[in-house]
Amino acid sequence: MNGEVVKSLIIPAHPHPVLCPEKNEGWQRVRDAFDDARRQIEESDADLIIIYSTLWPSVIGHQIQADPNPEWVMVDADFHDLGSIHYSLRIDSEFAKSWNEANIARGLESRTVAYDGFPIDVGSVVALKLLNPYNRIPAVICSTNVYSNRAETTILAKSCMDVIKAQGRKAVAVSVMSLSNRMFTEEIKPEEDRIHSLKDDEWNRKILEFLSEGRLEDVSQLSRTIHDQIRVKKVVAFKPMWWLSAMNANRNDLTGSVLAYEPIHGAGAAVVVLDPESNGTGDKEYDEDDVEYYGGDRDVLDSSSKVINNESNNAGPDLFDPVEGENAVNSEKAPKPVGAYPHARREGDLIYLSGVGPRQPGDNSIPGGPIKDSDGNMLDYDIKAQTRAVVDNIARILEEAGSSLDKVIDVTSFLVDMDRDFQGYNEVWADTLGQVGPTRTTLAIRALPTPIAVEMKVIARA
Amino acid sequence: MAKGEIVAGCLAPHPPHLVYAENPQQNEPVSEGGWEQLRWGYERLRKSLEDVDYDVIVILSPHWQTYIGTHFVGVEKCSSKSVDPVFPNLFRFNYDLDIDVELAQAIHDKAEENGMAVKMMKNPDFRVDYGTLVSCHMVRPEWDKPIVSISSNRSLSYYSVEVMQEMMLELGRSTAKAIEESGKKCLLIASNSLSHRHFVTETNPPEDMSKEHITSHAMHLWDMRMIELMREGKSQQIIDEMPEFCEQAIAETDGGAFTWLLSAMGVPNEPAILHGYGTIIGTGNAIMEWPVRNWSA
Repeated sequence: MNGEVVKSLIIPAHPHPVLCPEKNEGWQRVRDAFDDARRQIEESDADLIIIYSTLWPSVIGHQIQADPNPEWVMVDADFHDLGSIHYSLRIDSEFAKSWNEANIARGLESRTVAYDGFPIDVGSVVALKLLNPYNRIPAVICSTNVYSNRAETTILAKSCMDVIKAQGRKAVAVSVMSLSNRMFTEEIKPEEDRIHSLKDDEWNRKILEFLSEGRLEDVSQLSRTIHDQIRVKKVVAFKPMWWLSAMNANRNDLTGSVLAYEPIHGAGAAVVVLDPESNGTGDKEYDEDDVEYYGGDRDVLDSSSKVINNESNNAGPDLFDPVEGENAVNSEKAPKPVGAYPHARREGDLIYLSGVGPRQPGDNSIPGGPIKDSDGNMLDYDIKAQTRAVVDNIARILEEAGSSLDKVIDVTSFLVDMDRDFQGYNEVWADTLGQVGPTRTTLAIRALPTPIAVEMKVIARA
Repeated sequence: MAKGEIVAGCLAPHPPHLVYAENPQQNEPVSEGGWEQLRWGYERLRKSLEDVDYDVIVILSPHWQTYIGTHFVGVEKCSSKSVDPVFPNLFRFNYDLDIDVELAQAIHDKAEENGMAVKMMKNPDFRVDYGTLVSCHMVRPEWDKPIVSISSNRSLSYYSVEVMQEMMLELGRSTAKAIEESGKKCLLIASNSLSHRHFVTETNPPEDMSKEHITSHAMHLWDMRMIELMREGKSQQIIDEMPEFCEQAIAETDGGAFTWLLSAMGVPNEPAILHGYGTIIGTGNAIMEWPVRNWSA
């Protein structure tokens, strides 16, 4: 399947464009921009709206709304005098569940919520009221974890993309956020509204200049600076650009359009649309760690039955430095071998890889978890996460050899539990190497040297 | 008309786990208990207040967060369901409560006279925040007293702890003056935890007490220091140390409720009674009572 993000949006969270756009010309322009963005979504082939809302904080990892039809009346904590917003939303609960599972597979703490009366946050209500007023397109809403930083936020997007690709969805990714978020701390008349300070305004305009040039990853990499400069510290980091950029493969050559930029009670409110078409200015080097799995401070209660990325549980044979023989190809970005052999060997126009598993270079951890603990007790594990990690390791070795995944011509796969794992393995294959089209043989075997469930033997063109 | 008075001030933390563990009929989830040390602390507080005559509960909760001044609920009857957006698995609470709008308006007016940004909340669709509901339920589960619900102005986010405290000290003085002029007997509640660093994972079941503890030794030291100062009646020192406490313990006192409470009681030198201390998902929580009714004028 070829799922993708067909459009990305940055929109403000305040209720004014819904409840009283007529009270201020700028608020009306924001409302008009929302309407323009809605038309653009309707004219696209989007079949899903994904909202990352900075107005829904969470503590226990990330939460994803899974109630198929949340209904209630929303009243803003500050602007309650502007009125109430009745909402009845159409949520893609199956996508929400799949995203949650993908988060867990990548090591994140995550859960779905589906409770009558759950208070959908003002930002999400405003977004869906204005961008999807008739619920024509199903939506999914995700919280912002108050403690999460860049790695978790980036992985949150990658797991979302896993599901989009697996399901072949055409998604609109929406970050609900203010730019500068400093509001006036006293009541003002609508006609007196302006950006709170010249400094905030200058930063906002610089951010919008970048976005209008499609330089989303530039803004993402400025997130910590932006947080320091123009964000009231309501959460521990300014995260929505990390998420949105990762939803766009950290690209910096999108086609951007700023539909509106106005103050709402002093905060910077912008409606921005980013299309995936390259604007032709060229991409940039991605200069931060490209994290794939979360292995941070998540198991503080020592209560998890599912061990993910836990090196101490990966009992197995000793590790070796790869052999530096004639025509050998070895990569520091690939896991160490469990014997005296190289990662790969070049012979003529062909590259022969030693068997590649999912272990991670450096910490030897196993994405998706090991299949058993050091006492030999079987554990639950995620075959999809393991298979993806195998493919990633293959790509790293091929890259070291000057080749790439699209030059793979033959693969022999080994599974330790064909009945349990073939389907998941096959799904990841279809999304990755299956797109390239090498020949393939899949064998069931009794065991592999480390507690992993899948290994691949690869031949590729140089 | 006799002068109104504050009969007691309470520090009454609001993690929804406490109501969840009590299994009241208003709450939908069902638990096997848990957090007994704190719930028994609330039991001791209720016992202490059992024979105390008062008319209204005045509460400031950090979970009604406002950025444009301090707000007061101005709707006489509030009835709805509150679902905690952070712990919806624990708290889905059906409530039906009365607001003392007259006293709320009086505090609002007094604060406005003293230069504060304030607003009455008159939207009938507004849902009362879960912090207010949890603290009020644990202090007075009969729900037979009207309340005054005051928002937490997040001035710390915009400025500093010092500015937050200046504003909350003024709000406390305005509250005390309005209560005195009202002729009513009031119980004051500051609804907040002390140290406020959460675990980011949850046990299964959530009430598995074998995993409950403070998140770090530093948090414990800060909590004990603050409790000791309360027990010694050193309110001014608490206020003086609040900036360090808020920063180093990520304390929920950053919402202003505790400073407001101390100010409304006149920054007392009298000791507080410790009814209980315990952790909830790693945060530190103390149940304290200042028995103002027993102090000589």
